[in-house]
Amino acid sequence: MAKDFGIGASSKRREDKRFLTGTGRYTDDMNKPGQAYVHFLRSDMASGRINGIDIAAAEAAPGVIKVFTSRDFEAVGGVPCGWQVTDRHGEPMKEPKHPVLAEGFVRHVGDPIAAVVAETRAQARDAAELIEVDLEELPAVVNLRAAVSGGTAVHPEAPDNLCYDWDFPAESKDAVDEAIRNAHHVTVLELVNNRLVANPMEPRAAIGEYDAADDQHTLWTTSQNPHVIRLLMGAFVLGIPEHKLRVVAPDVGGGFGSKIYHYAEEAFVTLAAKVLNRPVKWTSDRGEAFMSDAHGRDHVCKVELAMDAEGHFLALRSTTLANMGAYLSTFAPCIPTWLHGTLLAGNYKTPLIFTNVRAVFTNTVPVDAYRGAGRPEATYLIERTVDKAAREMGIDPAELRRRNFITQFPYQTPVAVEYDSGDYNATLDKVLEGSDRAGFEARKAESASRGKLRGYGLAHYIEACGIAPSSLVGALGARAGLYEAATVRVNPTGSISVFTGSHSHGQGHETTFAQVVADMLGVPEDSIDIVHGDTNRVPFGMGTYGSRSLAVGGSAIVKSVDKIVAKAKKIAAHLLEAAESDITFENGQFSVQGTDKSLAWGEVCLAAYVPHKYPIETLEPGLEETSFYDPANFTYPSGAYACEVEVDPETGKVEVLSFTAADDFGNVVNPMIVEGQVHGGLAQGLGQALMEGCVYDENGQLITASFMDYAMPLAKDLPSFTVDNSACTPCTHNPLGVKGCGEAGAIGSPPALVNAVLDALSDYGIAHIDMPLTPSKVWAAIDAARPAAAAE
Amino acid sequence: MYNFDYLRPASLAEAVEAMKGEDAQAISGGQTLIPTLKARLASPSVLVDLSGLAELKGVSREGDKLAIGAATRHADVAGSEAVRSAIPALAALAGNIGDPAVRNRGTLGGSVANNDPAACYPSAALALGATIHTSAGRAIAADDFFLGMFETALEEGELVTRVDFPIPTAANYQKFEQPASRFALVGVFVARFPGGARVAITGACEGGVSRWDAAEAALSSDFSAGAVTGMAFPADALIGDIHGTPAYRANLIGVLTRRAVQACG
Repeated sequence: MAKDFGIGASSKRREDKRFLTGTGRYTDDMNKPGQAYVHFLRSDMASGRINGIDIAAAEAAPGVIKVFTSRDFEAVGGVPCGWQVTDRHGEPMKEPKHPVLAEGFVRHVGDPIAAVVAETRAQARDAAELIEVDLEELPAVVNLRAAVSGGTAVHPEAPDNLCYDWDFPAESKDAVDEAIRNAHHVTVLELVNNRLVANPMEPRAAIGEYDAADDQHTLWTTSQNPHVIRLLMGAFVLGIPEHKLRVVAPDVGGGFGSKIYHYAEEAFVTLAAKVLNRPVKWTSDRGEAFMSDAHGRDHVCKVELAMDAEGHFLALRSTTLANMGAYLSTFAPCIPTWLHGTLLAGNYKTPLIFTNVRAVFTNTVPVDAYRGAGRPEATYLIERTVDKAAREMGIDPAELRRRNFITQFPYQTPVAVEYDSGDYNATLDKVLEGSDRAGFEARKAESASRGKLRGYGLAHYIEACGIAPSSLVGALGARAGLYEAATVRVNPTGSISVFTGSHSHGQGHETTFAQVVADMLGVPEDSIDIVHGDTNRVPFGMGTYGSRSLAVGGSAIVKSVDKIVAKAKKIAAHLLEAAESDITFENGQFSVQGTDKSLAWGEVCLAAYVPHKYPIETLEPGLEETSFYDPANFTYPSGAYACEVEVDPETGKVEVLSFTAADDFGNVVNPMIVEGQVHGGLAQGLGQALMEGCVYDENGQLITASFMDYAMPLAKDLPSFTVDNSACTPCTHNPLGVKGCGEAGAIGSPPALVNAVLDALSDYGIAHIDMPLTPSKVWAAIDAARPAAAAE
Repeated sequence: MYNFDYLRPASLAEAVEAMKGEDAQAISGGQTLIPTLKARLASPSVLVDLSGLAELKGVSREGDKLAIGAATRHADVAGSEAVRSAIPALAALAGNIGDPAVRNRGTLGGSVANNDPAACYPSAALALGATIHTSAGRAIAADDFFLGMFETALEEGELVTRVDFPIPTAANYQKFEQPASRFALVGVFVARFPGGARVAITGACEGGVSRWDAAEAALSSDFSAGAVTGMAFPADALIGDIHGTPAYRANLIGVLTRRAVQACG
């Protein structure tokens, strides 16, 4: 029977009341006394030299308080990067300065040149039109292959436009080359992982405040990790120590990775508030978001998979060009390397793996993590190649996967990571059954009778979530630790405030975390409040990304609750005049074993704060504990996805008829929330596969600069998903046995859909179509293949 | 958005007077104009809001035609019993424009006056041989009204007041959505009348909504899917963009025309 509270219960999301009734408190909802507004004048050129900026007319315009240019930022640092990758020659990556406002050159459409602060938003925008920028257009670097072929450089520091050229594992290169040379068969695939725009529902916003009386700065911002912003901005850009800088990320309307990073606008409003001694607010509009939020994906790859005659994988080699955009965003360098190369084993026991990744500067918006971050790119590359291999080898795609599955755990991959648990055959069985694979041929025949092509596609995925062991990521170049912190404060009457360094921007932490604490203490969920997003209230935190909140943040909470229980038992033992070892704690009751003596949770909590009868010589009063949890390993969620499509060969339109997911997330705290996370991930993954694609023209102009041209999936584009997480193997190294569920849907679904479409088109001999599989692209592939198909 | 004055006249006469102001711009549902204003791509000095003009709203059947007021919203056309029984294809077209928010603000008059090359309504007006009535007392045949992308026969300050749609024997509209905007990547409206067939194409042509003469001729002598199978719309005057090449649009025109004829029964 389903539980009705605590771990395993589908508790309704408590935060939804305010979200659904319009009482959420987002950054743009806030207005500070005396607030001014900033409007950024952004480059409409992809590449140009700034020969002069005339701000006189703008400064004289009505309502204008000050016009800022890079000259006002000479004393501050650039926007820093949080990860350093070392290249194959042992050299650090190229790390050109990312100024808050453009210094001498603009490097992408949307690069901020100047900022106008005025009494109203409209006045700031009006005045920005009066700024005269003498901008000399320079050739733009846009195409990845062209970027590394010599010619124009985005930054003088990187004349070949390479941020780094990375081999992994370097020592495997020769063995992989040899295995590929000698193999029975090698499947080769060139593919593009299409560039995406995250498009959270809430555009970014920031308010800077300054209190001169105590030299205190406050930044209100749309962030997934306020403490990280405090660290990056305070230490590297503005030189403000932590105790003088408060960063608050209140309700945040979706992030998907794009709100992890420290952005120039945050530093701007923080500094401007001090310069002008009044609050300064910025709110992005949707058009601005397209050209200033970090984009995602954008890889160009070649993959080779060597097999023996039975289809056993012998070696995998991939080469990737990864777009960094014009500047390095906070985590950009680690996405195509440590979050991508380390996942190239997938679910398979391929013994030899080697990858080369070249990260490339271009005159485009910076590219960084987007839901999945490196792992979708790895999964897509592997699962498309495996499907192509199955076709070439004449082996059923499910059977080829089974033949190569990792089945023994723990499993040390040849790409550094060690998987702790999983059962890939179990999720495959679930998905084949749930999608009625057995009935597919009959359904295909029915489609054919209507002139439609039906296809069935499978994909598996593996993720590395619960990011991450600090010592490991430190060795890989991270400039921070990736633990999480939590304070559990039990109040005198037994109610509980939990302060977590994780940040909820749609994930439902306020509900899930309360379930964990309620389960451990046997107290009602509504006696527990979850506090997050404020550096002045929460002790510390690394934030929410990489499906880490429950696995890492939740584990920190568990540690603190364990400490609370241990202390409370000591108090109970004293009150009950029993030995501590005889005290049991169950369902909110402290009892003396073998007696009928007991105390309720609230009585012990009260005693902690009213210590009249208390072991005061050996125990401090109060009941509050803080813990930092640093994970021992990544977690490894995995799963099998099946997609069934129908293609209209006359128009190329793909209809997704069904999508079946069988995920292994380890233990599940709230099945309803997990299902919702999978639904959202699937919608984004299918969006990438079917319709989303960020397009620049050859001059670096952003063609998909609005929803008129950037396609987002609607409910009507998607089927009703079938989601299962019963084939679960708990994580072996965190206290809850949880693995993380936030990114899975976006990771596993693109290859499942593309495999399904290519299955539908199998009669045409079409080996590959790059995402997104828009009607025009699918039709063009069919049209080009038609003469060949007709001739057969 | 730049600043502007705002007028909401109570009668058509007042509206016409207001439109004489320099850089005056009429606003009906505003589903194109408001995003344009927000992006600062237009800077009218005065917005003349037509939403208060009851005389421009409503549907009535007058003999062999449907008269629809210019300020009638898409949702009202889609839900109108008179439209659904007389020209179900027109009701279906209106019911599939944009999303519910767009359909509950956007109007027939706004759509035909704007003449977006990917809008749905102009193809219905052209294929059905509609007559566009204006505030200047003119009755303009659809063939003379749509002059090219975003261009119409309307004079400065002249407002659409009503569109009369002749009732066909059968009609069908096939819309193939552009994946992002959900406007027509290609839309084909086929109308059959006792005297012959008319076919209008939207979304595809450089010159905006257009008739397909060759298909009309074929269908006028033999109104069957077979009559247009294999016919190709010339690709040289078709739009090419990231959502479809001219060749792809030409293919869609052929496919959708055939399907529209089939759907006419």
